Amino acid sequence: MSAVLFFIAAIGVITGAVGVVVLRNPFFAVLALVVHLISLAVLFLLLRAEFVAAVQVVVYAGAVMVLYVFVVAYVGGEGETIGERLRRGSSTSGMRLGGAVFGGALLVELLIALLGTGLEATSGYGAGYVPGPQAFGTPAYIGNLLLTRFLLAFELASFLLLVGAIGGVVLARRRVGIDELSGREPIAPLHLLRPRGTGTTAEAVGSGGLHDGGSRYGS
Amino acid sequence: MSIAWYLAVSAIVFALGALGVMTRRNPLVVLLCLELMLNGGNLALIAFSRMWGNGDGQILAIVVMTVAACEVCIGLGMIVAIYRRRLPIDVDELRELQG
Repeated sequence: MSAVLFFIAAIGVITGAVGVVVLRNPFFAVLALVVHLISLAVLFLLLRAEFVAAVQVVVYAGAVMVLYVFVVAYVGGEGETIGERLRRGSSTSGMRLGGAVFGGALLVELLIALLGTGLEATSGYGAGYVPGPQAFGTPAYIGNLLLTRFLLAFELASFLLLVGAIGGVVLARRRVGIDELSGREPIAPLHLLRPRGTGTTAEAVGSGGLHDGGSRYGS
Repeated sequence: MSIAWYLAVSAIVFALGALGVMTRRNPLVVLLCLELMLNGGNLALIAFSRMWGNGDGQILAIVVMTVAACEVCIGLGMIVAIYRRRLPIDVDELRELQG
């Protein structure tokens, strides 16, 4: 039973990954990644990582993918047309071939490293598993680890998330260009507070100074 | 299934993600392929965690997910900023940093 489920999920995982790499339209690539993530969650369940599987489905396949879909819809997710590819010439096809060779070499190397390893335990079925409310991989188990042994990693990850959220807002905000600002004069708080007829010598001779708008207030 | 099968799947997913990062030109798809690579790493972490019966790998997988969420946040912010400046959405044509 678990073998059948493993093969179904593994086929889903690999098909989704191939779809992300191959599909031209970014919107379909995002959908292929959703298939990949949900199949991966099934694999996590088979490995007794219940909490991580739930987080994967809710956070990754839910929230993060919605973010992707919004950005694809905003930017306009059409892929490049055939004409563009032809105009671009042969240098990119060489790069593409180089990328394919690199990916294949990486796969062969990883498989040699993983399957030719001297660790006998990789051919086993894993450590023993005792079901129960505090069993391996349950939310209680993960929460216990996160708040005791890995408290520092937990806090650092949350801080990183905060920095990432602020950085995303700063990067994507709408900037007011210099042209829109130059039409009207900026109002400084000192100009409002200063009584009429006062000013510095530098302003009186017209050479600017600290408050360049001083000439507005008359003599 | 033995742990080696899961490790093989994770290696295939990682290599596919690397292939996509090398060959695709749309930065959105490059980000998606980075997610694939991180997921391949996550699967290997959880498989090893199951192999030893130890929860550390699962914690590390959750931290990797957090890092991936941050990366998506920053990357999508950059893509939106690039789009607002009417620059081409293409990693080959964005060569301002080349000097």
